[in-house]
Amino acid sequence: MLEEKTCCCSRPALNEDWVIGNVETPAGVIPQVRTLLTKKDKVGAIKVRCAIGRNNYIVTPGLYAAGSPTDESMVFVSANYKLSFDHLRRALDGIDCWILVLDTKGVNVWCAAGKRTFSTDEIINQVIETELLRIVSHHKLIVPQLGAPGVSAVNVRKECGFSVIYGPVRANDIPAFINADFKATPEMRKVQFTLRDRIAVIPVELVIWFKQALGIAVVLSLLSGITHDGYTFTVMPKVFGMVFAGWLTGGAIVPALLPWLPGRSFAIKGLWCAIILWGIFFISKLTGSTMLENSGWLLMLSAIVSFMSLNFTGTSTYTSMSGVKKEMKIAMPIQIAAVIAGLIFIVWGGF
Amino acid sequence: MKYLKNVATLKLDTEKCIGCGICLSVCPHKVFDLNPGKVEIIDFDACMECGACMMNCPVEALYVKTGVGCASGIINGILGGGGECCCDKGGICA
Ligand code: SF4
Ligand code: SF4
Repeated sequence: MLEEKTCCCSRPALNEDWVIGNVETPAGVIPQVRTLLTKKDKVGAIKVRCAIGRNNYIVTPGLYAAGSPTDESMVFVSANYKLSFDHLRRALDGIDCWILVLDTKGVNVWCAAGKRTFSTDEIINQVIETELLRIVSHHKLIVPQLGAPGVSAVNVRKECGFSVIYGPVRANDIPAFINADFKATPEMRKVQFTLRDRIAVIPVELVIWFKQALGIAVVLSLLSGITHDGYTFTVMPKVFGMVFAGWLTGGAIVPALLPWLPGRSFAIKGLWCAIILWGIFFISKLTGSTMLENSGWLLMLSAIVSFMSLNFTGTSTYTSMSGVKKEMKIAMPIQIAAVIAGLIFIVWGGF
Repeated sequence: MKYLKNVATLKLDTEKCIGCGICLSVCPHKVFDLNPGKVEIIDFDACMECGACMMNCPVEALYVKTGVGCASGIINGILGGGGECCCDKGGICA
């Protein structure tokens, strides 16, 4: 019986282990989702947080039921990135409602809105595909506020008759939002970037830059093995250690300490950390015996840490494109020059 | 947390504004405040150019040049990529 209803490609897959039943509607059988996360969901979340298989953490777009919704139940819109979907269904525990999952190519709500895959057109498309008008009697959609950059509430209404109510930024606030008669407080409207948020993204930052750090460490240690009395491998561990300390600083220390580092520019925030790191190595007499080598390490560490910090703008939640472009124009030529000069100084100084 | 000063491209046409308050409810950084009848920019530097206000203003009173404030995305864009950003795959904004 199910087959005839699932023939269409846009119908959600019913064989996922978070689907616990079916809800009959005039437009067919709608899968009912579990609103408690299982161990498998949690392990999956940890894996994507650590950048394992994060390109393929998706949910089939379409309509789902949470609890036992009726034609009067609210419709919550989400992205088809499983982490976004999981946050939502967990927040909807105990609430009878519908979840309309858009096809955002597996990208979370905010980034998808920025790329316009979470969009006016995709909302209209899913409303039509799922025959939502036959399922609910009201004409309201609750769209996460972070989807707003891709959605024009005016046009959604014009094109498919549904009015958009913007829900809170964080799914966790949904119960409070419902209790307050679908009004979000200014706090619920504001995007944060808490210490917890920043620590959660550290693994991904480190994974993203691992290859580059390894490349620099290999090149630098191979070249600095050249000395005037032949080739030596003794400097290798030291060079690897220092480069990876820079990588850890840029990928973990800077994100964690972000609001407390002086300056508004990310590259400068990184620079302070690089100078302190270099100071520690300098005092420990690891940055070499010559003035040239010492300054080479200062340049090299500054370039690595400040470049990684500059790139952290993409993960942060408050940087504008105009600002990042301005910062890049000044910082990147200096960073490139610093890497080249640093390389020459270190190799030459240790010769 | 605030980013660089005076760089945002946000513009408000107060003449057109009808004071509906929609921009207040979609802005993630409390850039606006509502005076009776009109909206006012109270925190210009907090604007991250996401475009939510412009997309949802019913009378086109707002303009902002939108884009993602992401260095890797901009570099990829310049190098001919699609402007892919690290946050596409697992940013905080789940
Ligand atoms: S572009 Fe985004 S951050 Fe800037 S004012 Fe509009 S809604 Fe707020
Ligand atoms: S959305 Fe437009 S019309 Fe409404 S308050 Fe904001 S600027 Fe004014």
